[in-house]
Amino acid sequence: MGHIVIKNLRKEYIDRRHKRRSKDEPNECIGDCVLVLDNINLEFCEGEMVTILGPSGCGKSTLLRIIAGFDKPTAGSVVINGETLTGPSSDHIFVFQHNALLPWMTVQENVALGLRGMEDKEMMKEQIQEHIELVELEGFENHYPYQLSGGMQRRAELARALAVNPDTLFMDEPFTGLDFLAHMKMREEVVNMHEYFEKTILVVTHDIDDALIMGDRIVVLSGRPAHVKLSEKLDFPRPRSFVKNTELSKLRDEVYLMLGVNYAV
Amino acid sequence: MMNIINRPFFLPFIAFSLILAVWEILARYSGWSIHVFPGPMQVFISLWELIANGTLLRHTVASLFRVTVGFYLAILLGIPLGILLGRLKLVRVFLNPVIQFLRPISPLAWIPLSMLWFGIGDKPAVFLIFLASFFPLVVSTTVAVQSINPVYFHVAANFNFTRYEVVTKIVIPGMLPSVITALRITITIAWLVVVAAEMIAVKSGLGYLILDSRNALTMDYVMDGMIVIGVIGLLLDHAMMRLSRIESVFWGTRSR
Ligand SMILES: Nc1ncnc2c1ncn2[C@@H]1O[C@H](COP(=O)(O)OP(=O)(O)OP(=O)(O)O)[C@@H](O)[C@H]1O
Ligand SMILES: [Mg+2]
Repeated sequence: MGHIVIKNLRKEYIDRRHKRRSKDEPNECIGDCVLVLDNINLEFCEGEMVTILGPSGCGKSTLLRIIAGFDKPTAGSVVINGETLTGPSSDHIFVFQHNALLPWMTVQENVALGLRGMEDKEMMKEQIQEHIELVELEGFENHYPYQLSGGMQRRAELARALAVNPDTLFMDEPFTGLDFLAHMKMREEVVNMHEYFEKTILVVTHDIDDALIMGDRIVVLSGRPAHVKLSEKLDFPRPRSFVKNTELSKLRDEVYLMLGVNYAV
Repeated sequence: MMNIINRPFFLPFIAFSLILAVWEILARYSGWSIHVFPGPMQVFISLWELIANGTLLRHTVASLFRVTVGFYLAILLGIPLGILLGRLKLVRVFLNPVIQFLRPISPLAWIPLSMLWFGIGDKPAVFLIFLASFFPLVVSTTVAVQSINPVYFHVAANFNFTRYEVVTKIVIPGMLPSVITALRITITIAWLVVVAAEMIAVKSGLGYLILDSRNALTMDYVMDGMIVIGVIGLLLDHAMMRLSRIESVFWGTRSR
């Protein structure tokens, strides 16, 4: 489950302080509005891990928020498994770019959020523990978020998302704030989990290496207003390495160029 | 030396001693008669008298009773109303102007009406305390609810929270740190108002003790009343402050 089709998606933010809109052309953006997403068409297959790249402020978070149902598009539609999206649900869990652990709950209580419905309390406890161990937070079950470091908070949030076992997982820059090793580890963990559970995962990132190593498909957005510059299937065997796989490393150079960086300085 | 200064009660103790000293000097050398400006010794002796014959306890209990009832009523009605105002735009648009209109009217301005409506006794005093605490609590709860980080409501929607869960797991814990601060400020206001109310509407309580003693020209009793009011105010504030140390509320003092 998790086949996603995005059709003619458009999003503009209107400055509500001076709202002006032409009567004749309601779709035309005039005056004080920011066009963020401009006619996005994408299709993601079931079980695909898609990495979304783009310059800062181009609208990656906005796109992800719309797909997850937190934000309404100005025009266009998102169809998930044949149904037009109406709002958020626990079938699609979102890992937010900025810390979204509930600060008044301990790590354990946060991870338990997605398991509230479980009948068997013993099993629930076990699952909570399992996911806390997965992100190596044993011993911190009863700590509050303010007692954790930034990286630990990210990991706790990942555990909370994974514990739900959702159809689709949306991650907005999930590795920011992690140190290099934790970054590598979490990346590996997400890839492993994806291989194992075959969920549809959308990962927004600004890290080109992450995007190429993790994704089954890579999507590159242009600067604002964002349109799709590249949407390509990555058919490289795992584990991937830029050194061993020259084609992958060639693609990396292309992506760098696409984002305006001459990689081979 | 630093050790003594760092003891929690050392510096406040010095401050209070200084006040006592100044008081003593003023009482002795100001030239006022002892009936107009009694010194600390005399006041403490009369305080002991009032404690011994039970008068003080009776009046203190009467005042505390009124504050408790009025304050609890205000909490019971004000906080839920504040949550509604904070969460539902329609309710806010409907009620907020009325609340903002009533809020600046001092509770003391209600004294004539409350005496007319409720007569003499506990009721008008409780009503005044209710008014004095209700509006600040409504307004600060509304603000507290509105300033909860919207991401937490996204999380709630994401994890399929019911409306009830949104209130118990997001709204209440999220607003609690600010609401406890508001409770601290409000109980102080309520305590200020009870004394004023008791000077007019009732025949007991610390406010009445002060007024009655003034009429009897026993200024040492007036000062006794003032001292007890101060001490109890301090204790009330302290009790409210302890609420913010509850572990699941403590985040508010740390992460913001
Ligand atoms: N609520 C809003 N109101 C008005 N404009 C907004 C709003 N949210 C976002 N924007 C605009 O939309 C653009 C895209 O924002 P978005 O958060 O999607 O960027 P992003 O690609 O995720 O950037 P980053 O990599 O820095 O996280 C921004 O340039 C911003 O100006
Ligand atoms: Mg972003």
